[in-house]
Amino acid sequence: MSPRLPFFRLSALVFGFAFLYIPILSLIVYSFNKSRLVTVWGGFSTEWYVRLFSNEQILNAVWLSLKIAAVNATGAVILGTLAGLALTRMGGFRGRTLLSGMTTAPLVMPDVITGLSLLLLFVAMEQLLGWPQGRGVTTITIAHMTLTLAYVTVIVQSRLSTLDDSLEEAAMDLGARPATIFFVITLPIIAPALLAGWLLAFTISLDDLVIASFVSGPGSSTLPMVIFSKVRLGVSPDINALATIMVALVTLGVVIAGILMARREARRQRDIQMAAG
Amino acid sequence: MRDLPACRWVRTRLLHQGTGGRTAVIAVPYLWLLLFFIVPFVIVLKIAFSETQIALPPYQPLLYWTRDRVLEIKLNIGNFLFLLEDDLYWKAYLNSIKVAAVSTLLCLLLGYPMAYAIARARATWRIILLMMVVLPFWTSFLLRVYAWIGILKNNGLINNFLMWMGVIDQPIVMLQTDFAIYVGIVYSYLPFMVLPLYAVLEKMDLTLLEAAADLGSRPFRSFLTITLPLSMPGVVAGSMLVFIPAVGEFVIPALLGGPDTLMIGKVLWTEFFSNRDWPVASAVAIALLALLVVPIAFLQRSQRAQEGRF
Repeated sequence: MSPRLPFFRLSALVFGFAFLYIPILSLIVYSFNKSRLVTVWGGFSTEWYVRLFSNEQILNAVWLSLKIAAVNATGAVILGTLAGLALTRMGGFRGRTLLSGMTTAPLVMPDVITGLSLLLLFVAMEQLLGWPQGRGVTTITIAHMTLTLAYVTVIVQSRLSTLDDSLEEAAMDLGARPATIFFVITLPIIAPALLAGWLLAFTISLDDLVIASFVSGPGSSTLPMVIFSKVRLGVSPDINALATIMVALVTLGVVIAGILMARREARRQRDIQMAAG
Repeated sequence: MRDLPACRWVRTRLLHQGTGGRTAVIAVPYLWLLLFFIVPFVIVLKIAFSETQIALPPYQPLLYWTRDRVLEIKLNIGNFLFLLEDDLYWKAYLNSIKVAAVSTLLCLLLGYPMAYAIARARATWRIILLMMVVLPFWTSFLLRVYAWIGILKNNGLINNFLMWMGVIDQPIVMLQTDFAIYVGIVYSYLPFMVLPLYAVLEKMDLTLLEAAADLGSRPFRSFLTITLPLSMPGVVAGSMLVFIPAVGEFVIPALLGGPDTLMIGKVLWTEFFSNRDWPVASAVAIALLALLVVPIAFLQRSQRAQEGRF
C-alpha cells in the first residue's frame, strides 16, 4: 500500500515515542548532574553513582531482589510450563476451564487485591499449620511465583498451540515414553519461549512494589520498597543513577536478543529460499 | 482372586501407564493456583465479614464453638455498611472509575495512531518499532513513574522550559493533580494498548481498502467504515487491559497524585497499612473485585472472539 498519510503517521510515531522516551532520557541526563537540585544543570559529575555504590541499604535491597527474582523466575517457568502443557497437550479434563481461568485472572488482578489476599492466606496458614513462620523472602517468592506463572503459562501456551505436534505424535508412535518425548522433542523447541518467560518473570518480580509490601516482613525490604520510601520523600539523584544503570542493562539485553532474533530470522529465510530453489 | 479390588487397582494402573505423569502435570499447577489464588479470595471474603479487634491478627473469627458445642457463624455486614455510609469510599470508588476511564480514552487516542502507523510501516521497521514500544515496559515501572515527578513538578523540566521560553511567568501546578495521574497511567500502560491494536491492524486484509478506493471512497471514510470496525476487538482488548489495572492502581496516585487524591487502591493501602483495619481493607478489596467483574468478562469475550477469528 502506498503511503497515503505519511505526515500523519510520522507525527503519530514521533509524538508517541517522544512521550515514551523523554522521561527515561531525563533520568539518564540528570543522573550525571552535579547539582542536587535535580532540574538545574550544575555540570557533569559521576558523584551520584559513587553515592549509590556506597549506599548499603540500596545494595542489600538489590541483592535481595535479585535473589528473589531468580528463584521466582525458575519456579514460575517450571509451574507455567506444566500449566501450559496441561492446557494444550492433555485434551479435556475435569476443571480445565477453572485452570484456564486461574492462569489468566492474575494477569489483570489489581496488585493491591493479590497482595492483601495472599497476606491473609499466609497469616491463616501460620495460625493453622505453623508455616510459613513470619513473612519474608519465602512469602514474597511464593506470591511472585503465583503472579508470574500466569505470564509464563500464556507464553508457553501460545508457543505450544502454534507448534505442529506431528513430531511428538511420531515419537509416540515409535514407542517413546511421554517424559522422553517432552525432554527430547518438546523442550528444545519451546526453549526460546521458556527463556522469554523466565526473563519476564524475573523482571516482574524485580519491579513489584505492591505485592511485596503486603507479604514482606521486617528485614526483608526489596529494592522497589527501598526506592518507594526514598522517592516519597522527594527526588533524589542517586535514584536517577540507579535508573540509568537499569535502563542500560535492559537496553543491552534487548539489543542482544534483537540481534539474535534477526540472525535466526535471516537464517530461516535463507533456508526457505534454498528449499524453494 | 482376580476380582479383588487391590488386583483390579494394580491392573488399571499398569494398563494406564503414564497416567501418573499426566496427573502430575495437571495437578501441580492446579493445586498451586487453588492454594495461592483461590483460597486467598475465600479468606478475604471471610475476613470482610468479620469484626475488627485489637489483636493479632486484628479480626475476630467467623466460626466458633459456643459452650454447648454448637458451631456458630457470626456474619458481620458492618464493614460493607461502613463503606456505604462513609462517602470517602464512594468518592474513591467513583473517582477511580473516572480516572481509569479518562486515562483509557487518552491511551486509545495516543495508542491507536501509533499502532496504525507501525502496522502500515515496512516489515523491517515494524519489528524495531514494536521493540521500541515494549522496551520501556522492561525497565522499572516504579522508576518510570518517578521520572515524571522531575518533569511535572513546579521547578521541573516542563515549567523550567516554558518559563525560559517566556510563555509563562508562574509555574503551572501539574504534580499532585489528576492531570499528573492521567499522564502517569497513559505513560505506564501505553504498550498494553498498542500491542493488541497492532495485532488486529497488522492482520487486516488491505485489499478491502483498495476495493473501497477503487469504488471512490476517500481514505478517511474508508478508515471509518472499514478499518475502525475491523479493529474493534483490538480496541476492546486494549481498553480493558488499561482500564482494569488502572482502577486498582496504587503507585501512580501515591507518587503523582496529591495527598487528597482519592483512588480505591490507595484507600485499600491506607486502610491496611496506616489504619491496620484488615476487615475494612478486605471489604474494599471485595468491592473493587465486584467492580472489575464486568470489564474482565468483556476482556475474555474479546479474547475468545479473536481466537475464533484468526
